[in-house]
Amino acid sequence: MISTNLIQQTAETLMEKAAIEIPQDYLEGLKGAASKEDGDLSAFVLQAMLENYEAAKEDRRAMCGDTGTPRWYVKMGNEAAIEGGPVAMETALRRATANATQNVPLRPNRVHPLWRTDHNNNVGIGAPEIEYAFEPDGDWIDLTTVHKGGLFGTDYRMLFPSDGIAGIKRFYLDSLVAFGKRGLACQPAIIGIGLGGTKDACMVLGKRAACLRVVGDKNPDPKIAALEAEFTELGNNIGMGAMGFVGSSMVIDCNIEVGYCHTGGMQMSVHAFCLSSRRAVARIYSDGHVEYRTDPNWFTPYQRRETVEWEDSAWLEKAHAN
Amino acid sequence: MAGKSPRKLRLSTNPTHEALSELRLGDVVYLDGTLYTAREGVYMRALEEKANIPMELPAKSAANFHCSPAASINSDGSFNLGAVTATASFRFSKWIGDWMAASGAKLIIGKGGMSAEDYKQHFVPNGAVYLTTVGYGTGALLGRGVKKVVDVHWHEELGLAQAMWVIEVENMGPFIVESDLKGNSLFERENEKIARNLEALYEGTKPATLKRYGETDDRKDELI
Ligand code: SF4
Repeated sequence: MISTNLIQQTAETLMEKAAIEIPQDYLEGLKGAASKEDGDLSAFVLQAMLENYEAAKEDRRAMCGDTGTPRWYVKMGNEAAIEGGPVAMETALRRATANATQNVPLRPNRVHPLWRTDHNNNVGIGAPEIEYAFEPDGDWIDLTTVHKGGLFGTDYRMLFPSDGIAGIKRFYLDSLVAFGKRGLACQPAIIGIGLGGTKDACMVLGKRAACLRVVGDKNPDPKIAALEAEFTELGNNIGMGAMGFVGSSMVIDCNIEVGYCHTGGMQMSVHAFCLSSRRAVARIYSDGHVEYRTDPNWFTPYQRRETVEWEDSAWLEKAHAN
Repeated sequence: MAGKSPRKLRLSTNPTHEALSELRLGDVVYLDGTLYTAREGVYMRALEEKANIPMELPAKSAANFHCSPAASINSDGSFNLGAVTATASFRFSKWIGDWMAASGAKLIIGKGGMSAEDYKQHFVPNGAVYLTTVGYGTGALLGRGVKKVVDVHWHEELGLAQAMWVIEVENMGPFIVESDLKGNSLFERENEKIARNLEALYEGTKPATLKRYGETDDRKDELI
């Protein structure tokens, strides 16, 4: 049984870590981009960002004053049990969000869309978002918080099969150039692309591709992995760097996720996770043991399954033995 | 990495005309003095609802920061301020002229600049320039430049994010000079250079079969 107290405590630590500590995979990626950048202004910006991450960690202050819109991804092992059930857990996550907003502090960004009511704690109707997934094995839960910033780095388009890869490329370039002008999306970023699904599912896939996969990670389909590599390079050949200044730093890595879609369509979404690629993860085991990490490891074979039944042999054996 | 690093300068938040005329596009600036945050909430309250501006402007500060800090007010009334990051300025275009007239602001600090038209129409006649934050995620560095929070006005009326934070700063930066006293824009200059490569880059791509209403294919277009 996982206690709700432990969930809340862990969630508060995650909120702080996400806001303050840049994940190592992105940091390495950004350093790589900085070492290749030869636009004067873009290089200056990247250097300032690298100093900024250090300052944030040293001072234990948020890396960016806009701390984004905190949200939660909860993944539960099939055998996980939570004290008080899912409702108690959701309350714990909402409490943790409110407490961390006061204590880190985070910017109380969340307001009512019409009345602009601000509870000064990032909690309100539908906020923070809490999304779920399950894994066939384990008595743990994985808590991931993502503080995605930016009003500007997302777009969607309904393409058709006849648009093909050339059409995908066009929308990709259109999106990156639009996001990148004046640097409103705070590039260079991890770019997530969602292909297929339905309009809403496509947006979710692309956002998760940006926020829940790490730099260097490849799609298991080798042809999609090749496309990811090609798109990373294509983005860095636009001629645009940090803040939209002349340069070559636009994309730290490109992650593509797909979902089955209507036979007549080919939905596409593009999402830029900004210079403050804030994510933090913890696995809470039922014995009360907690492990922190920065890779959400969200897209497991189970999440990408294509079949009716889950046919992973190790899992089947265990299920039958029980 | 590039060898040429930009010129660095210190600037007062109540700058003289001479100091402003020294600035060149792309210079890096660090600020000393007092600045205040004001964005749509403050603009609407001061300009549309005609509430009295709760501090003496520009005597106390001629530097308007488009920002809401990551900050909270402690139960004893003291402030807890962490990181400071600007918000995108182009949305404030409709108020900026009136605000400059009311506040005497000489430095508008924010994210991403405003349009060349705003510079010509409002900044040049008021002798003001635009400084952009860097990155734009350099909130922790900017937070280090904050000496203290002097006051928070209108937080009950507008909420912490929209309130008018008055902040004393020392060597706060970096900021980049985006517009000069003539109304030139660094972003526009850079955009023009980048636009020259785009035709070649787009070769082999295919426009979408289904157009979107109002869509344009002019890649030189400024977005704001
Ligand atoms: S988009 Fe830019 S300003 Fe917003 S959170 Fe990210 S780095 Fe900060």
